[in-house]
Formats: sequence, structure tokens, C-alpha cells
Amino acid sequence: MSVLVGKDTKVLVQGMGKTGRFHTDKAIAYGTNMVGAVHPSRAGQVEVFEGETDHSGVEGREDTYRVEVPIFRTVEEAVAATGADASVVYVPPPFAADAIMEAADAGVPLIICVTEGIPIADMVKAKRYLEDKNVRLVGPNCPGVITPKECKIGIMPGYIHTPGRIGVVSRSGTLTYEAVHQLTLNGLGQTTAIGIGGDPVNGTNFVDALTAFNDDPATEGVLMIGEIGGTAEEDAAAWITANMTKPVAAFIAGTTAPAGKRMGHAGAIISGGKGTAAAKIEALEAAGVVMAPTPTDMGTAMMEAMEKRSRK
Amino acid sequence: MKIHEYQAKALMADRGIAVPKGRVAMTVDEAVAAVRPLIEDSGNPVVVVKSQIHAGGRGKGRFKEHPDVGGVNVVTDGISGGIEAAEERVRDLATKMLGSTLVTIQTGEEGKQVNRLYIEQGIDIATELYLSVLLDRATSRNIVMASTEGGTEIEVVAAETPEKILKVEIDPAFGLLPFQARRIAYDLGFEGAAFKNGVKFLDALTRAAVELDTDLVEINPLVITTDGDVMALDGKMAFDANALFRHPDVAALRDVTEEDAAELEAKEFDLSFIKLDGEIGCMVNGAGLAMATMDIIKTVGGEPANFLDVGGGAEKEQIAAAFKIITKDPNVKGIFVNIFGGIMRCDIIAEGVIAAVEEVGLSVPLVVRLEGTNVELGKQLLDESGLDLVSATDMKDGAQKILELTR
Repeated sequence: MSVLVGKDTKVLVQGMGKTGRFHTDKAIAYGTNMVGAVHPSRAGQVEVFEGETDHSGVEGREDTYRVEVPIFRTVEEAVAATGADASVVYVPPPFAADAIMEAADAGVPLIICVTEGIPIADMVKAKRYLEDKNVRLVGPNCPGVITPKECKIGIMPGYIHTPGRIGVVSRSGTLTYEAVHQLTLNGLGQTTAIGIGGDPVNGTNFVDALTAFNDDPATEGVLMIGEIGGTAEEDAAAWITANMTKPVAAFIAGTTAPAGKRMGHAGAIISGGKGTAAAKIEALEAAGVVMAPTPTDMGTAMMEAMEKRSRK
Repeated sequence: MKIHEYQAKALMADRGIAVPKGRVAMTVDEAVAAVRPLIEDSGNPVVVVKSQIHAGGRGKGRFKEHPDVGGVNVVTDGISGGIEAAEERVRDLATKMLGSTLVTIQTGEEGKQVNRLYIEQGIDIATELYLSVLLDRATSRNIVMASTEGGTEIEVVAAETPEKILKVEIDPAFGLLPFQARRIAYDLGFEGAAFKNGVKFLDALTRAAVELDTDLVEINPLVITTDGDVMALDGKMAFDANALFRHPDVAALRDVTEEDAAELEAKEFDLSFIKLDGEIGCMVNGAGLAMATMDIIKTVGGEPANFLDVGGGAEKEQIAAAFKIITKDPNVKGIFVNIFGGIMRCDIIAEGVIAAVEEVGLSVPLVVRLEGTNVELGKQLLDESGLDLVSATDMKDGAQKILELTR
């Protein structure tokens, strides 16, 4: 079991430029079922992917692959033709919010937006548009979602993941890789890893991801990685106190970040005294979350949280 | 992106938002020349000389070279002495202010050099209020934030008297609705002509915020004049850098002299760099990992010299540029390269580091931690290069090693 994506997920790509093509190829090599692409000026064509199979992904495949991905004019047409139930957006920033709304309009239940640098006002609009629609947005500005050996949607390296017991949710890409790698090395493994992205306006938040992992029978614990800016971690702490039945460990980046400066991510900024790492760490500790003092300790903190729970 | 007050006020005036008239001055003569037309236009013998820097707290700020001169000066000499007296006083002030260093609560001790002045008409103030439009991350919508406590920093009001802060959510599908604007105006105590002007001001301001893709518009103070006019006495605007592509006119307002030279250079190479005060330079891929690298340097007892995210798809040239920017900082006593290669391949990082060292040399210790895609190839390249560097097994190990080497 897993959350959001699995071996039956049929994925559409919006934005088949250089980046979209590169990562679609990697996803196919991993074994993800990429069923179609949307590119208005290249509709009717077929994009061919071939290469060596990434055996860290879906098992039982031959050593090479050749996949033809049909290109459609609209998401609606692509969904009608392929039955896609997830879409990954690599569309450039000026057009990405529109791509998200198009996917939502076509009823794609899961939209994962990797694009970084979308204007905030566009995302404010897109979130408003998604409000009354039964769709889930992950991102933008995120690495994507992966269920090891089943489905990889996004830009994360597949081979560092291994199937296991921990749900991972993170605002940062490379810190997720760091966390996943440690969980692979210490044998806990992952059910699903969700990158929720580093933008101030995003779709899925920590509480959404925690809810999904809490309801997933295969997930035994959750590792969350937050950073400065906003109050999503504080909200998560409150939700954990009230609802979480599984052990949680966490790391918060940005203890040394100066106020008023954006630390790379558009959302990573301490403003008006709000959004400090200290406040987030305090809230999570109060919620019983085991905090990793440094990123090197994330795997150990998760292990400790699991052991603490089993002693009870 | 931040702009100056006089630029923000020009953008506001273009969009029907009432502001006092003023003129920008880069020289003493320009400052003096601004006085007569402003006084003749308003009939008010008072003018205000305001330092233009990208930092707040100017009113309470002081010049290093002239501790008796503040960042904002109200010139009242014209009341009894006529325009000539006002001009003389402005000449004296401008001479002292231009080129001098203004220290405010936001500039830090080193202060900021004042290169531009804004000479503005004096306004007869009846009431000072606070108004801003900004993103509320919890709801993913813009809000209007207002308070009767004008002239005070909103953070202070929020901490001491939060009940005095009014927040109204703007639905992006509709904008600020007229009844919402009226409600804010009632709650702020607007009456008579000021009520009408206040509602108009709110409508124009919230439209401008959306039209210009602002991160923040802050009017502090917003004033009601003795005539019932509603005006932005101060005006601050910051813009969403990701939306500047559709506002070339706003992008052109950028004043690079207000920005850190190293940060600007980094931007040219698409690197995300922020200068800090410590002695350990770091080069990392990914914003979260870059922040966490700063944190871990601090945890083991050091101080980071910078935040530097080379991004997910950096080329060899960008890595080399990043390395050079770090080594330029005279405070840097050692460098910690921390890479978890996903899309970023470790061999590209290694090639970039080697190229940079060949070009600019290496006079400080270097610790490299590589993990992820093509890690073996990356390590092999570094080994074969003969570079004098120390390898680390993980982040903490790397942070400890660079600290030992710099002690």
C-alpha cells in the first residue's frame, strides 16, 4: 500500500520541452506508466522513449524499453483517450498555473506541479479555481511524488528509494533525498515520499499529507521536513496532537537564516517575526514529534520515534 | 524586488492613489530647485526632505557623518522666511545627506549610503493610519491589513495591541468588494469627505496590488488631511520577482546600488546566494539543503559565510562562478561543498570545482561531501585532480572537518 500514486497510476505530462522530456524518460525507465502528453503545437505526434531500464524501479521488466507517448492538444482530450488519473506539470512558469487549471477542469484527480518560479498571483488564482473541484494539487516547485518500485512522478532520483514503512513529506527537494537515503540505509524504507514544494502558495500541505499517511495501513510512521516561513509546520503540530496515531519525526531547516531574506525558496522567509525555525521546532516538540537536530540525524530520529512508540 | 519610495508613489499616482506631490533629487542643486515649484503648487510653505534607501526606519535614523541630521527632515523655515529660507535650509540638508551614510534600525550598524533624496510637499495631517495589502499564506489569498495605529511599525502593533489590526480577505475572483472597502473605512473611523476618499483609496490600492503583482504594498502612515483628503504619506512596494517578466516598467525601476554586489553577480549565473557574516563558505544544491548546511555549521560551532544554492541543473560554468564568488569574500577561512546529487550529477560538481580552483587558486581549506548520482565518478575526478581537499562521509562529518581545518 501507499498514498497518492501506485503501480496502477496512469500519468499524463503537461509540458514536453527539454525538461519534460528528460524526466519523462527517467520516469519510464523507472517503470512509471506514462500514457500521454499535452503540447498544443505538437498534437497528433508521438514522442518515442527508448533506453536502458532502471532496475531500481518497477520489478520484472526487460533490460531495455521502448515506449510511444501520444501527444494531445488538450488535457481533456488526453484524459478521454488514455484514462489518465494523474498529471505532472513541467510547463514554464508564465503558463504553469493555467496548465494546473486545465488539468483540474479535465477532472484529473492528482496534479503534480514541478515548475519553479510561478508568479504568486497566478497560484492564488489557481488555488481559488481548484477550491470546488475534487482534485489534489501537489507543489508547485516540488520534486514530485514517488512510491518506490511502483511509480515515480517528478524529478527525484529513483535509485535512492526503497519500499518500506515510512511516509516522507517535505518542503525541500534535496533534503528529501537526504532523508530517503537515510531511511533506505537504516532499513526503514518508504511507503511514499511527497514533495509539497517550497512556494508560499501550494496545493497539498503537511496536514493533507499527514492525513493520507495516517489513513494508509502500510505507513507505520512519518518523517516530515519543514523549513522557515509560514505556519504550515505549526498547523501540522496542532493536527498531530489532535489526530495522529502514528509516530512522527521531523527536521526543520533554517535555524540560522536571517530574517527578511528569502532563502532560495520563495516561501522560505521569516517576516514580521513569524515563521522562525525555533517556533516550528517548539510546536512540533510539544506535539510529541521527535526532532532531528541536524539533517544527518533524520533517519535516527525516525528510528527513535518508532522505538518510542513500540515501547508504549 | 524592492523599489524606492518616490518610485512607488509615482506608480500609485498613475493608478489614482492620492500621494503628496514631490520631486526626486540626485544632486544638491536638484533638491534646491524642487522647493519653489512644490511650495507654489501647494501654497503650503513646508517641504519634507526624505532619504531614499531600500530600508525602513528612516525617520528615526541618523547619519554617521552628521549625527544631528535625521533620515527624514521637515523643513519649516519657509513659514516665516519665505521660499528662499526654505531653499537655503534644503541646500544645507541635501549637502549633508547626499553621499552620507544613514543608519536605521533596518540597515544594521554599517548603514546605507544615501544617493537620492525625495523633496515632498508638506501635508496638514489630521489623522495617521496604517494600511497594507499582502499575501496571507494560511488562506493563499491577499488580505487588506489596516489599523488606526498609523506611524508605528505594524509588527509592534501586532505584538502589543493585536485587537487594533483589521484583516479583510480579498477573493481573487472578485477583488476587494465595495462593501468590504466601506467596512474597512467605517472601522478606521473615516467620516464625511474622508469616508468617500478612503473607499476610493482602498479600491485603487487593491487594484494596483493585483495589477502590479506586488508582494507587499504598505502605506504607513496613511493620512487624513485637515481638508478630508486621504493620502499615502509614505509608500512602500515590493514585487514578486517571478512576475517581473510581465512588468518591464517595474523591472526598470531596480536600483542595483541598493543590492549586495556578490548577490547580484550570483544572480547573473542563476545562483541563489545570500551573504552572511561568518567564516565558512558553503556551496550546496537545493535551497533546503543549503539552509540545513548553514544550520549544521552553526551546530558544530562555526558560522556560515553565505547561503548558496546552485540549483538542480547547474552546469560546470555555474559551479565555477559560485566557487569564485565564495572565495572573493575576505572573511571566508574555509569552504564546505555539500552536494546530494539528484538531477545534479556529482561529476559535474567535481569538474566545476576543479575548473574554478585551476582558474582562481585555492588559499583556504576545502571539504567536499558528495552523495547521490554519479558519486563514484565525482570522487574519482577529485582524487585524480590532485586538489588539496578533504572528503567527508556525511554532512555532519563535513561540517566538523571544515571547522577543525579553519581553527
